[in-house]
Amino acid sequence: MRAYTPKDDVQKKPYYTDRYWVAPQVAKSDVSEDAVFAADLEAIKAKFDVLDAYIQVGQMVVVINAVDNFSVIEMMKNVLAYNQLSEMSAIDWLASEGKFEIFYQMLSMSKRKRVRIKCKIGEKESIQSVEKLFRSADWSEREMYDMFGVVVNNHPFMKRILMPDDWEGFPLRKTYPLQGDEFAQWYEVDKIFGKEAREIIGPENRDPARIDRYDTERFARLGHEVPHGTDISQGEPDTPLCYQENDGVFMIEKFDAEKSVVISDRHR
Amino acid sequence: MAQHQVNYLKDGGLPVALTTIDKVVNWGRSNSIWALTYGLACCGIEMMASGASRYDFDRFGTIFRASPRQAELMVVAGTLTKKHAEFIRRLYDQMTEPKWVISMGSCANTGGMFNTYATVQGVDRVIPVDLYLPGCAPRPETLQYAVLLLQQKIRKESASRAQKPKRLM
Ligand code: SF4
Repeated sequence: MRAYTPKDDVQKKPYYTDRYWVAPQVAKSDVSEDAVFAADLEAIKAKFDVLDAYIQVGQMVVVINAVDNFSVIEMMKNVLAYNQLSEMSAIDWLASEGKFEIFYQMLSMSKRKRVRIKCKIGEKESIQSVEKLFRSADWSEREMYDMFGVVVNNHPFMKRILMPDDWEGFPLRKTYPLQGDEFAQWYEVDKIFGKEAREIIGPENRDPARIDRYDTERFARLGHEVPHGTDISQGEPDTPLCYQENDGVFMIEKFDAEKSVVISDRHR
Repeated sequence: MAQHQVNYLKDGGLPVALTTIDKVVNWGRSNSIWALTYGLACCGIEMMASGASRYDFDRFGTIFRASPRQAELMVVAGTLTKKHAEFIRRLYDQMTEPKWVISMGSCANTGGMFNTYATVQGVDRVIPVDLYLPGCAPRPETLQYAVLLLQQKIRKESASRAQKPKRLM
């Protein structure tokens, strides 16, 4: 439980404080607590450097050197029977450590255990592909390249997967602005109309609350529809909701409620 | 034969109608708006519902076509991503004149809740739009109302004069 702090002056500081949210710290425990994990860790340790290992939420986390990633995962798959790579991606720690953390989440069907292999690489470094071992790594590695700019060696088709091929920048990096850098903001205009069109089309409206009451270029009010671009600063005319013009449409008869007959005898 | 004889001088008069070419052409155009299937996200579901039997778009002459060459209305239903922007422009260019565009839903109007790097902030940055339809998602009735408004708009246009192609810029 969180330690008690007096909350009398909470109204005076309605801004973000940790009263509202505290980053959860999941407890780590020692690998020796679980016999299966302990045996697996011994097997890995016998061949490779292990920088750190612990159990978190019932899963073993093993931190290794980035150069060993292919051989460790090969061993996990062929020797230790972790036969599924359920997820892999990168985490951007560039600001605090100058490194990407790459994780491989693995599952053993026979042992019913999950292990996470982690390693760290620098911004300009690349990592070995594990696509030869697990086909599921194919798209994950492409996504990792697309979103973080982590280059993967020996990948059969190292190309962006989600963003367009001519995109600049890596959107899931912490330094990438949510609303896009200049390239992203003008992407469609530059591509379709060319850079000269920027001035004519104008910048994007990024303010979701912007409403211009008198803007008839973009909006009309229901029941007050006016032609595109009309000046309505003096008030717009009422146009009652109707599905047909008042004087009718050529060859289409307008429904007249007065002339209608209500049939009471259903079997007529 | 005699049974089906029509007395032109009685019931409804002679089968002759006088009108203008504008009216005939616009009557035809406004009652046979064939729309391009353009469901991009959740709004597409509502668009499909409007086309299906419960809301029955066919009774307005709006039939969804899978080819831009057979369509004259583009209902942009959903989120337009920046990656897709060039394709929407290409498909719009492939449609034959005269053509109209309905931007359906907040995403197509303004980018909607996707205030991010990957979403075009309104399809009117890429193609010229005739009608903006608010809502997230607009109900099928709303889309039908939009199509009926578009029919009114078409009837007001002059059909006989060569149509000026609409341009964004
Ligand atoms: S406007 Fe709403 S319903 Fe329509 S595509 Fe966007 S998020 Fe989906």
